Amino acid sequence: MSHNDPIDTYQPEIPDAPNAVMRTFRMLWNDKLAFVSTLFLILILLCALFGPLLLEDIATKQNLRGRNAPPFDFTKPWQFWLGGDALGRPLLARIIVAAQNTIYVAAGAVFFSLLIGTTLGLIAGYTSRFWSEVIMRLADVIMSFPSLLLAVIVLFMLDSSVFNLVIVLAITRIPVYLRTARAETLEVRERMFVQAAQVMGASTSRIVFRHILPVVFPTLVTIATLDFAFVMLAESSLSFLGIGIQPPEITWGLMVSQGRPYLTTAWWLSFWPGLAIILTTLSLNLLSNWMRTALDPAQRWRLENVRKKNG
Amino acid sequence: MLKFLGKRAVASGISLVGLILLVFFLSRLTGDPTGLYLPLDASEEARAQFRAIHGLDKPLYVQFFHYMGDLVRLDFGESIRRSEPAIDVVLRGFAWTLQLAVITMTLVVALAIPLGSLAAYHVGGVFDRIATFFSLIGASAPDFWIAIVAIVVFSVTLGWVPTSGTGSIWHWILPVTVLFIRPFGLILQVVRGAMITALSSAYVKTARAKGIKNNAIIFVHALRNALLPVITVIGDQAAALLNGAVVVETIFGFPGVGKLMIDSILQRDFTVVMAAIMVTAMAIFLMNIVIDVLYSILDPRIRY
Repeated sequence: MSHNDPIDTYQPEIPDAPNAVMRTFRMLWNDKLAFVSTLFLILILLCALFGPLLLEDIATKQNLRGRNAPPFDFTKPWQFWLGGDALGRPLLARIIVAAQNTIYVAAGAVFFSLLIGTTLGLIAGYTSRFWSEVIMRLADVIMSFPSLLLAVIVLFMLDSSVFNLVIVLAITRIPVYLRTARAETLEVRERMFVQAAQVMGASTSRIVFRHILPVVFPTLVTIATLDFAFVMLAESSLSFLGIGIQPPEITWGLMVSQGRPYLTTAWWLSFWPGLAIILTTLSLNLLSNWMRTALDPAQRWRLENVRKKNG
Repeated sequence: MLKFLGKRAVASGISLVGLILLVFFLSRLTGDPTGLYLPLDASEEARAQFRAIHGLDKPLYVQFFHYMGDLVRLDFGESIRRSEPAIDVVLRGFAWTLQLAVITMTLVVALAIPLGSLAAYHVGGVFDRIATFFSLIGASAPDFWIAIVAIVVFSVTLGWVPTSGTGSIWHWILPVTVLFIRPFGLILQVVRGAMITALSSAYVKTARAKGIKNNAIIFVHALRNALLPVITVIGDQAAALLNGAVVVETIFGFPGVGKLMIDSILQRDFTVVMAAIMVTAMAIFLMNIVIDVLYSILDPRIRY
């Protein structure tokens, strides 16, 4: 071993690893559509968190002289810029207030279905054949159980509160995560690092939660983003059919349904809340698309090397 | 393969029994239909007679065994609301839904697969951007909203197509279009994603190196491998359509099984609810088996 080997004395300059937050931000900035979507979703989130606090009074104040007031009348105060509804309540303020229920229901349903579905999926993928079969048959039953019937049953037995709607929607979405988590687990459990952990004597729960879950999780989060949009649409459909949220609570879907009788005379009653739904779900879809690329090591270069490609 | 089909049939049968159990007891929780069908001032004797006629007077578990006994003889019971066999009512509705689903899914598959492949061929190209953007809007829009906007624009304002019902071919245009949009957007996205992965894989490079024509590479080599996840999504979407496009059927007054189901649930016509759920569930189980068989045809490595 010679100590004057130039390789030994040469100290290469190793740049610091890029800050994870900055790197994510730069990847987001490189995809302009995803960036705009994120901004929009933050705006909606702020509306959901603070809207009812600030605008509850304005949004529920009736003004029968302003019934179905047309939109784009800028001589009126700002909350009437999108028009008024059948009781003369300002549509813009109502949309902002309704964001809370809409977002809470979707977020709650996605959270619970992700939690339960992932756990069951990991169990089904890693334990005995018997439990795997039981869980998969359960998923089959849930998949073929009409969510409408479930909604009606829960509505009759319990009240139609935000939380009960969350339960209904969460149950119907469990199979999505369950099947994905199981399929991924079945593949991952055969990989070398899992076998290594087994040989080293790691406990089952450690293998499942520390070795398999981190590999499976990015896929599940991407699905959850997409599913958030789906659950929002499902909630809107239920509210539209009159078996979801009941007035005086409001969601965007309910607002579309309330505007339906006035469709030919005042299109804006249904149009604006519907547009709010579309823009939110579209943003979620764009963000989920970006996440699919950003979380996939084989595709990530598309977001990182933008400048190099142009130059 | 036969052994696999047998196993799947048994598993589906178990799921079906579980479903029947759940639906039977849970749907009874929504309340007693007597109050809905008899006038408010009906006497207690009349109510008791109504319950006796429809077998609602016995304890729930007795009712269940009666129901299962009839079911074994393929007797689905009689509809309370229409006084005809429940299965007839359901099959009539299901026929409409099936036609709607088949027409819609055929159009979706025929258009989404070629367009998605084209979008994946030049990732980031003009066509890709346009296709991605529009398919995302399609996947994001609530169908009831599209339906009522379409009615306002095309039926009320322009007067091109009827607002609802099922008489001529013109009645089908709006429901099919509205149902088409979301699965089309979703499946196009999945095709695009799977094709991007497939086109950057080693066997496509090999095929290029061998000098195989571009079309053959896209449609034979890459597409065949990309189709597996696509078929899963097609199955899910078709299942959703078979379950009855409740919202669209309600808005367009289309006499499908989805509208039938929601009406029967709200009117507590339990026998029709049960029959509708069993028919759609069996159709969906059958389709899932077909999809599994398709898997093994497309990818011979998958063996059952």
